Amino acid sequence: MATGGFDPGRRYRRAPEVAVRPEPFGALLYHFGTRRLSFLKTAALVRVVTTLEEHPDVHAALDAAGVTPAQRRSYLVALADLAASGTIETVGEAAGDAVGEAAGEAAGEGSP
Amino acid sequence: MPSDETPQPATEDAAAVEAGLVEESLVEEVSIDGMCGVY
Amino acid sequence: MKLTEHLTHGLAAPICLTWELTYACNLACVHCLSASGRRDPRELSTAECRAVVDELARMQVFYVNIGGGEPTARRDFWGLIDYAVAQRVGVKFSTNGLRITPDRARRLAGGDLVDVQISLDGATAEVNDAVRGPGSYHTALRAMRNLADAGCRQFKISIVVTRHNVSQLEELKALADGFGAQLRITRLRPSGRGVDSWDELHPTAEQQRELHRWLVAHGDVLTGDSFFHLGALGDPLPGLNLCGAGRVVCLIDPVGDVYACPFAIHSQFLAGNVRSPGGFAAVWRDSELFADLRRPRSRGACASCGQYDACRGGCMAAKFFTGLPLDGPDPECVRGLGEAALTAAGREALTAAGREALTAAGEAALTAGVDHSRRSGPVPVSIGTGRLRGSR
Repeated sequence: MATGGFDPGRRYRRAPEVAVRPEPFGALLYHFGTRRLSFLKTAALVRVVTTLEEHPDVHAALDAAGVTPAQRRSYLVALADLAASGTIETVGEAAGDAVGEAAGEAAGEGSP
Repeated sequence: MPSDETPQPATEDAAAVEAGLVEESLVEEVSIDGMCGVY
Repeated sequence: MKLTEHLTHGLAAPICLTWELTYACNLACVHCLSASGRRDPRELSTAECRAVVDELARMQVFYVNIGGGEPTARRDFWGLIDYAVAQRVGVKFSTNGLRITPDRARRLAGGDLVDVQISLDGATAEVNDAVRGPGSYHTALRAMRNLADAGCRQFKISIVVTRHNVSQLEELKALADGFGAQLRITRLRPSGRGVDSWDELHPTAEQQRELHRWLVAHGDVLTGDSFFHLGALGDPLPGLNLCGAGRVVCLIDPVGDVYACPFAIHSQFLAGNVRSPGGFAAVWRDSELFADLRRPRSRGACASCGQYDACRGGCMAAKFFTGLPLDGPDPECVRGLGEAALTAAGREALTAAGREALTAAGEAALTAGVDHSRRSGPVPVSIGTGRLRGSR
């Protein structure tokens, strides 16, 4: 799985272009930029995605949403997918903000 | 033998179950482009 | 549970829906699914249209697919899409290119909430105009050039697949690639004016096989009008491949009638009207028709067919307008079972309900006030005008 770039030690947020619509079975998400539709399968994952910004990092958001240690890995995999599709993004890395993105990458990766 | 964290399943059934568990994702990307009237 | 199962049972609100804004149109395409041409005097007013947008926003419908007729023929069209965008309801609209001037194209190029689709039914004027009328190819290409020149990213070109343009799919793909546009192909249905031209225009069985192979090889081509019945040929096509009518999507027509889908503009598939108390939300939530569509359906005559999981019995509108029973094969069933049902011998075997639908659909479809064709008649073409029913 491609997790390059997803760092659960950082603070993330739902991308502002993403609309979240809760459903009995989880939530439907639509990204107005990519026009992609996705489906979150658990209420806990919906809670995580919508509260990400309130926490200093992803781990704290998972804790607050009640994700158990046994579930943690599958939640991190799901969040890595959401980061890869642009559904969630690091805070301080606004869409199209190339300067912020470059600065973030330089700080995180140590390579251009 | 691949070096795995988990032991090889003993039976075909167990392998199938494990494969299902490993593949199940909490996120499903969807395309409704196969649907009528969606421009 | 997989998402497709949730969707089959119906959602609390549509993901998106089709909204035919007007029956007025400058063209008179021979296969028009909405039999458009003349504006209906009972069209929703601008205020009523805004009220619909307000409802869609409240229901959190992600976007609306606006068509018609020719939606830009309404003077309030551009204001309405601005109104929708302001409430974060996306708009994807389908046009023949009539009003896509360089200025309009530049304004469309900016945003993420509005997408454009240009209709085209042939890679050449000869093939296209035979179906859509003289000059229509030129209008469409001009609109595409304006969009491309304005930097409009990824607009769509939408083709109704016919017997005469299957051989042009490669050229159409090249045309789309040249503009940086996405190609979308749609299935011809015997709906609206299509009921008269379907016999001569629908792809042959061999062409369907060719089309399926081509689609499997070109996964980036959108099949927004559902070729899932071709899944029975082998490899499934990308997408959900299920009928979302009344479950995921529906149609709002120019006079506010809510139908299961744009190919089923007929009283049989009328769910309600947005002008009734409770508006669109009440129709989506409470209509008997939609409740019926959301219930598990019998496989009927298809029960013993091993391909049912792939084709799901095909398209209910295609079955209805060819007089076939809804719980049997699609008229274009890839195993030929629908075609067999349409032969004289097959008709002998139709149930009483099927025979009734056969005549009722034919009469009602064109006399129930759903025909907005212009009185001067369709564009002259070299296609026969024999009616589908009664001509065999």
